[in-house]
Amino acid sequence: MDAALLARLQFALTVGFHFIFPPLTIGLAWFIVGMLAWYRKTGDEAIRRIARFWVTLFGITFAVGVATGITMEFQFGTNWSQYSRFVGDIFGAPLAAEAVLAFFLESTFLGVLLFGWKRLSPTAHLVAGVMVAFGSTLSAFWIIVANSWMQTPAGYKLDPERHRAVLTDFGAAVFNPSTWPRFLHTVDGALITAAFFMLGVSAWFLLKNKQVAHAKVTLTMALWVGLAASVAQLGLGHWHAMQVAATQPLKLAAFESFYQDPDDRPGAPLLLFGIPDPKHDRVNMAVYLPQGLSILAFANPTAAVKGLNDFPRDEWPPIEMSFYPFHLMVILGMFFVAFTGLGVLLLRGGRVFTARWFLVPALLAIPLPFLTNELGWILAEVGRQPWIVYNVMKTGDAISVVVSATQILTTIVVFSIVYLLLFVLWIGALRHAMHAKADEVEPMPAAEAEGVTG
Amino acid sequence: MTIWEIIWFALIAVLLVGYTVLDGFDLGVGFWSLFLRKEADRRGAIAAIAPFWDGNEVWLLTAAGATFAAFPPVYAAIFSGLYPALMTLLFALILRAAAIEFSGHAHGAAHGRWTAVFGVSSTLVIILLGAALGNLIHGLPLRADGEIVIGIPGILNPYAVLVGVLNLAMLATHGALYLRMRGEGEMRALAARWSGGAWVVYAILAVATGVITAFVNPAMLKKFLDTPLLWAAPALAIAGIAVTGLWLRRETVFPAFLASSVGIAGLLATAAVGLFPVMVPGLNPAYSLTAHNSANSTLTLQTMLVIVLIGVPIVLGYTIWVYRVFRGKADDMIQY
Repeated sequence: MDAALLARLQFALTVGFHFIFPPLTIGLAWFIVGMLAWYRKTGDEAIRRIARFWVTLFGITFAVGVATGITMEFQFGTNWSQYSRFVGDIFGAPLAAEAVLAFFLESTFLGVLLFGWKRLSPTAHLVAGVMVAFGSTLSAFWIIVANSWMQTPAGYKLDPERHRAVLTDFGAAVFNPSTWPRFLHTVDGALITAAFFMLGVSAWFLLKNKQVAHAKVTLTMALWVGLAASVAQLGLGHWHAMQVAATQPLKLAAFESFYQDPDDRPGAPLLLFGIPDPKHDRVNMAVYLPQGLSILAFANPTAAVKGLNDFPRDEWPPIEMSFYPFHLMVILGMFFVAFTGLGVLLLRGGRVFTARWFLVPALLAIPLPFLTNELGWILAEVGRQPWIVYNVMKTGDAISVVVSATQILTTIVVFSIVYLLLFVLWIGALRHAMHAKADEVEPMPAAEAEGVTG
Repeated sequence: MTIWEIIWFALIAVLLVGYTVLDGFDLGVGFWSLFLRKEADRRGAIAAIAPFWDGNEVWLLTAAGATFAAFPPVYAAIFSGLYPALMTLLFALILRAAAIEFSGHAHGAAHGRWTAVFGVSSTLVIILLGAALGNLIHGLPLRADGEIVIGIPGILNPYAVLVGVLNLAMLATHGALYLRMRGEGEMRALAARWSGGAWVVYAILAVATGVITAFVNPAMLKKFLDTPLLWAAPALAIAGIAVTGLWLRRETVFPAFLASSVGIAGLLATAAVGLFPVMVPGLNPAYSLTAHNSANSTLTLQTMLVIVLIGVPIVLGYTIWVYRVFRGKADDMIQY
């Protein structure tokens, strides 16, 4: 098999697997900060016990995130050595900044957060939690800076003599046109992921009728944060899509499977329903909303929108791999708003805590935001093809010359086995921690306990 | 050669020293865990490193990231050229992280399996990183286009294996000293015996490797003969190793651990000044990758230096704080 294809497969496999974990830990970290701050303020032992349980789930997930994250720091060099040489003057800096400013922070304070319960004051423990949350969010920032530069490169010039890109303006490279929308979109996605995870786990406790007081608190937290983050995502996602329309019009055309304007009216219509047929360059069974795409992409009903046919065919990204993930992502985003909105409505009078018809779907919905994160990432990366750095370097020119297809295939097999094992262990450890919590005897409130012993 | 290129060469050496001193002790503890028979002792050994190992490992990721950020051709050549070795190292690091985490959730036979994974992966990481440095000192078959073409037998040449084993003896000593500081009762007594035995092997291998290196890389020896000031680095190494040995028998272990850290810094500094400005010596010296011909633009090197000068002192500050928080008995670190 072709080494370039295998290298891409390996990257997709390893990043795709790694990307299960950081969104959950980034989001959960901020929930934990909230709990630790609450405990610090009230001194309520129940809150501390809740925080401790969630820190356990956080710690298990963080460990798998770390284990699979090491791969990323290696892989640019092992599998993409020509890319590393070509962009190293720009791309290496955010990676090193991520390590110096973010990895140290989150990894060092993680130990304090996990093991500091007896050794630290509530204030110091809260500070450790803030550092972990801030560090992991900062880590997301720097890696998205690096990836955004691949999408919308800025602040550089080409040095044809040494065949490399050279930094001319660090600020412009860091804050390139897609950095902010992509960072906020991703971090908000992390909050949604953590909120649905907490919602589902809390629902599990309620359905089992165990740790009910605890579960009511976390379910309420999860619903409110989940609703706020899901609503915010409508705006952030839209902002990001407008940025793609402005900076990567071909990518947007692939998302929409928009070959060319199907009618003569001013403005481009939005495809409400349709099945892309890339073999014949058309969309079957299409239903359009006039001027919809112009309004969404450019906030202007008569704006002209470029279609796929306006670009050379050899620069098109895969159409179906862009179209379906995009629409599924948007539909799931709408579902998150509706589901958390419904849950918040049911909070009135506490009906949600006994509504099995809501709690069972809440438990089953845990994987959905993870799926949505993956879809967004697939879109970002597939939509950029055939470029590795948009309009600057082709993916096929970026691979390691001296690494053979056999070597890559061998490591793909090993990665698959090791990662499958890690996934099973992760789920097993989460389940174990949840069952242990469910079997834990809830201590009596302080006043009653005094009555018994006194 | 610009001042920025020299600074970055030195900074990467400093990051590798930081990595070897800090992650070195928890890797060394991993090696010794293979010799602990009781589950409680193995649990105690992992607990002694539990809050620290993750932060320590970041030094390695930072060194890799910094090499990418400052000398991309070096990063690209080593990581793709030594692909089988790097991938093995990577899988060992992944399994080690998993073992530390999941051993905490396991009991009985499952715990035994996880600590075995922890021990074997730690040992493998030590030997592979040593062998990687050995290959850098030995020289690699670099082509004119900056690519390394080498098979697994080439990577595992006798000199590289020697440096790998030296690294194991060095970090076994370092790790045993750490266990003596943190361990309790029987484990402490065991670690005291281990540190003495490992130190003897370490000292002998360090001297032997020093002598053999003069033959393997004569250019390095010539550099030391031309510039007597450079002998400060091996002198530091010898002093560190000797003081470690002299302090071994005393009850207070920390000075010996500190001396061991100085010895590590001295050995790595010897390799660094001996190689400078070469980062990857080619078997054909014309193709060697140096801190000059592989360097990024001055703007990138300056920008990164600012980030490092702001970031690293802060990192050192809170790292020291965390070690202070977790000083003393480790029995609350067995499971979070």
